[in-house]
Order: sequence, then C-alpha cells, then structure tokens
Amino acid sequence: MAIPDIKPPNTGPDVSSDLLLKFYFEMLRVRLVEEGIADRYSEQEMRCPVHLSIGQEAVAVGACQALQPRDKVFSTHRCHAHYLAKAGDLKRMLAEIYGKAAGCIGGRGGSMHLMDPDKGMIASIPLVGSSIPLAAGSALADQRTGSDRVTVAFFGDAALEEGVFHECGNFAALRRLPVLFVCENNLYSVYTHLDDRQPKRPLTEVARAHGMPALAGDGNDVVAVYQATREAVERARRGEGPTFLLFDTYRWREHCGPNYDNDIGYRSESEYLEWRERCPIAHQRRLLFEAGLLDPDQEEARIAKIRAEIDAAFAFAKSTPLADPSQASDHVYA
Amino acid sequence: MPDDRVITFGEAIREGLIEALARDEAVFLMGEGIADPSSFWGTTAGVVERFGPDRVMEMPVAENGMTGVAIGAAMAGQRPVISLHRVEFALLAIEQIVNNAAKAHYLSNGYHKVPLVIRIVIGRGWGQGPEHAQSLESVFAHIPGLKVVMPTFASEAKGMLIAAIEDDNPVIFIEHRWLYNVAGHVPEGYYRQPLNGPKVAVKGRDVTIVASAYMTLEAVRAAKVLEDIGCSAEVIDLRVLRPLNLGPVYRSVQKTGRLVTVDTGWVQYGIGAEVVARVASECFEALKSPPLRLGPPDHPTPSSRGLIPGFYPDGDRIVQEVGKLLAIDPERLKAGRRTLAEQRRDLPIDTPDPFFKGPF
Repeated sequence: MAIPDIKPPNTGPDVSSDLLLKFYFEMLRVRLVEEGIADRYSEQEMRCPVHLSIGQEAVAVGACQALQPRDKVFSTHRCHAHYLAKAGDLKRMLAEIYGKAAGCIGGRGGSMHLMDPDKGMIASIPLVGSSIPLAAGSALADQRTGSDRVTVAFFGDAALEEGVFHECGNFAALRRLPVLFVCENNLYSVYTHLDDRQPKRPLTEVARAHGMPALAGDGNDVVAVYQATREAVERARRGEGPTFLLFDTYRWREHCGPNYDNDIGYRSESEYLEWRERCPIAHQRRLLFEAGLLDPDQEEARIAKIRAEIDAAFAFAKSTPLADPSQASDHVYA
Repeated sequence: MPDDRVITFGEAIREGLIEALARDEAVFLMGEGIADPSSFWGTTAGVVERFGPDRVMEMPVAENGMTGVAIGAAMAGQRPVISLHRVEFALLAIEQIVNNAAKAHYLSNGYHKVPLVIRIVIGRGWGQGPEHAQSLESVFAHIPGLKVVMPTFASEAKGMLIAAIEDDNPVIFIEHRWLYNVAGHVPEGYYRQPLNGPKVAVKGRDVTIVASAYMTLEAVRAAKVLEDIGCSAEVIDLRVLRPLNLGPVYRSVQKTGRLVTVDTGWVQYGIGAEVVARVASECFEALKSPPLRLGPPDHPTPSSRGLIPGFYPDGDRIVQEVGKLLAIDPERLKAGRRTLAEQRRDLPIDTPDPFFKGPF
C-alpha cells in the first residue's frame, strides 16, 4: 500500500487574526496556571506528583485548536496543558490536584489523571503508551457508529519504545481509524536522552513503516502545530485514516515537580537556554506585535483577566473541602 | 418450561455470542482466530458468515494493544467481546486489563463505563506444557473493578456469557478447555444467568466441597462415590470469583463443619486460599476440622504424559482426601475408587474423561 503524501502546511491567510490571538492567550493561560502550581507547590497542599508542560504549550494549544468540541483527546501523566487546551474546567482541575471532592474526578486521580469527558478530554493515563489504545478504541467506536468525531492520542517520544504504540499504529492504519497520534518529542524520558534510547532515525519513518502518513513540525510554533493537526483532522474526518504528527519541543522544568534541574547532570544549562530562547509563547507574542494585532494595553487587560481567573480557581481549590473517606470505595463497579 | 435440548458447553457459548450479536448492534467480537477455520474451539463457527467481518473481527496479534482498543471502544459505548485462546496470551494484556479496564469507572468518579467481556481459556491436556495450560484466574480475581466468572455447566455458560455482555463492567469470562465438549440442557433463545455467586451443585450434609469449572465436575463425581458409602458431600460450584459472594458456602459449612476447596490453579494465593480464609473468619466456630485445599502441586505444568500423573486433582483424589478428613476406613472407599478407575479405563491421562460428556 502506498502511503499518501501529505503536503507540508503553509502558514497564511487561513489562520485568522482572532485565532492567532487566541493561540497566544491560550498558551499564556496554560503557562500561568502551571507557574501558579509551581509557585504554590512547596506549600505541600498539592500532595501528588505534578508533571508540568511549561515550554511545551504550543503542541497542546495548537493541536486542540484544530479540533471541534465534540472531538476527543487522550493524554498522559503530563496532561495539564491538554486538559486546559481542550477546555477542561480550571477550577475542577486545580481542585483535583489539591485532592478535593470538587476535583474533576473527585480526588481519585490527581494531577496525572485529569479528565473532563463532557469537553472531550476523555482520560489521562500515566503509564507510557497506555492511553494510545484507548484513543484507537475510541476511534474504532466512532467508525463503527458512523460518527465524524476525531480522536487525538498525545504522548511523548518514549512511547515509540513501547510495544503498544506499534500495536495501535498497525491497527489504526489497517482499519483506517479516525485517530491522530501526536508525539511531543521533548528529547528526554525522565533523565534519559532520546539518543540513549533510540537509534538515530526520523521518528516519522517509524510511523510510516506502519502504513500511515506522518508530518513533522516545530513544536514550539503554535501555528505550525495547528496547521499540521488541521490537515490530519481533515484526513481523518474524510475517512482516510490515522496520521502521525511529530512535534519537537522541550520541557523547561524537571520531569516531575516544580523546579529546574539543569544542574543535576543529565542535560546542560546551555541546552535549556537555547530552547528557552525559542519559547513558544514569546514567539507568538512577537508575531502578534509585529503584525500589529496586539497592543500593550489590550494585552495587559487580557492578562489581568486571566490572572484573576487563575487566582479565583486557586482560591476555590484551596477552600473547597477535601474528598471524604466515605467516598473512597464508591464506583468500583458500575 | 423444561428444555430437553442437549448441546455442549462450546455450542452454548456460541449460541450466547450469536444471541448477543443479534440483540445489540454495539456488540462485536475481536480475537485471534475467531473468524478462521478453527473458530476458537468451534465457539465462533459460522458467526462471521452471519454477522460479517466488522462484527467478528480478526485482530492483529497484539494482545495488549487490542485489549486497550476494546477498552477504549467500550468507554465509547460499544460492547466488545475479546477472545484470548490461552490465559498466557492475556498476560500480554495485563497492563490494559489492570490499569485501564479495571480502573476507568473508579478513576472517572463513575463517569466512564467499560462494558467489555474478555474470554480467556484455561485448561490442560495434550502436552500443552508450562506456558499453554495454566489456570491463572486468581491473578484477575485479585483486582478490584474486574468481574471474574468461571462457568461449569453449558446452560450457565450461555446465560452467564449473555449477562457478562450486558454488564457495564469489564468481565473476565474464564472457559476451561476440557469443558467445551461437556453437554447439558440448554434453553434456546436469549436468556441471562445473573453473575451473583455460587450455586449448590450437589446437596449434602457431611462435608462442603467448593470448586470451579472442571474441578466442579470432578467434585460431583467424587460426591457420587462418597454417597454410595453413606457419606454426604455438598458440592458448591463457585461460578463467580469476583465480586465474591460466599453466603452459600458459609451456610453449607455451618451445616457440615468441614471444608475442602479444589482449584484448577495453584493452591498458594489461590481461590481456595481466599475461600478458606473467609470461612475461617465467618464460620470458625462451626469448623470441626482444619479446612483442606486441593490443587496442582507447586511447580509449573510439565508437558510429558510421563510427568503429568498426580498433577491435577481428580475425583479419586477428592474421595481419598475427604475420606481422611472424615476418618473413613480406606477399605470402604475401595469399591468406589475402582469404579472411578474403570470409568477411565486405559484412556490417556492427557485427554478429558468420557464420564464428563454429560448431559449435566
């Protein structure tokens, strides 16, 4: 079977100025939420592991902006950005991380399991690769029922080392499932560099070997992410099957936790600083200012509004009651 | 209404699948070799011809991924039935079964449901050896969020399979391979048997024997021999390993004061261990003797018919052990044991006993 070529998307007039602004403020909102978590983490009130997406916001926002509200997303332990980008409720997200009854899943999962199924944020699973088959199964269900919904599986570069990625890539291509495999390559699995885990090869070729088209894009360029994803979504909706999308990006902070860890020996400060220069949010902000789509007053007002929303959400999460032990045994069986 | 129709356990499973497929468009089957000439020990024979390859789906040889796909489809409202030829194949899927199937409802605070059936074949015979003949039901029975059922009789296999497909939880449906050719009276049409716990297979008053699947048939056989010498054994077919409802077992032990468990899988951390522990907690005062657990010895299952004798508990072993428990003179058991041996005659050790053809 010939694998169809996908034309590299061209940036251009089909991305409206409203959307360009939306990309910026959505990414900024994710950033500010996660910085808010990092700033408060030492209070030890958020008593669960947190895996921050700071530096990687463009993939979540660009990809989710290419989806419709009815489309579905599956994520991983690093799920905050996906949850927010898919319009997950912020108050319930923070309440979940604080272990509160009002959390998005009542305190049963914490930061690594965020979901808001009514918004299409179906599940986040903190085992590498584990949510990929759920996404493929979701797409199979839509195919069987004739729904035009599309499902996205977000995962990191290490998922390509897991058998289940290959099992699902094979099956999705075989059945032409309406699913997108979106790989956020942040170069590290915890402290181990991609080069120490995989042979040098284009990761897109791995997907192509399963018989599906693959596109690579700059994961710190939200417009590029959006356009590549939109292309793949349209293919899926047309019944043409899955697409693999590879976006290179970089996690700024430690694998798990609120701190920076460039000093502990697995990566260099200079590498971090190079990536920091390529901040997806600063990049988009520059673009907006250069195009005259944003002025400082307008920006300040929007940021103030976002900060107020975030402060209110933290206040809610802190003040709302903890989940009660009497609820711990609920919902073992349907 | 009495139903005189006699079909095998395997045919009953096939009927259950067909009834469920015909009833509900959301039901579909996935498996390796379910639409091929072997048709999964005949349990899917002709099913793909009737319902087509989109509902009877040959799947890639990718147990973990495909189990996850089935879970994802179930979360989206489908009712997949995935069939795994041997329990060892399910070990490749244990990550998805334990992490996602068993947890999705709990984790989502009750939002997601996983109406999934995973048919898993356990069993023995014909030199299958250490990695094709294990009985690992207790592995699944350990996990909250799973239901684990293990039918013995053909009518129940059909009714419990339909109930499992209707259930909104992931159900591990354990099929013992030596039951496929055992026949029984099976009603026609669509019916369900609730997944609600054990049933008394033989009424008795002197000793309670708790068993599952093929071991239930061995226990029934032992009970008949014991009955001939005036020893009344109550045989309880466990049927549902999780959620575990031992009410009928407690009531039986309150009456008999003696408990023997017979497992298809290993004794240590096995089903019998859980039954004995709970009976000890609930019925300690009623026990007249220490409970006894029977099962295969604590080593892997060898292939050679030279190594197999004595590996699996059988009716004769149960008779002997119950005899010891009740201090019955071994001489009195001799005639019955001889009958059991004669029923097998010179049948090879690695093939099912003709006694078990039924109908039960």
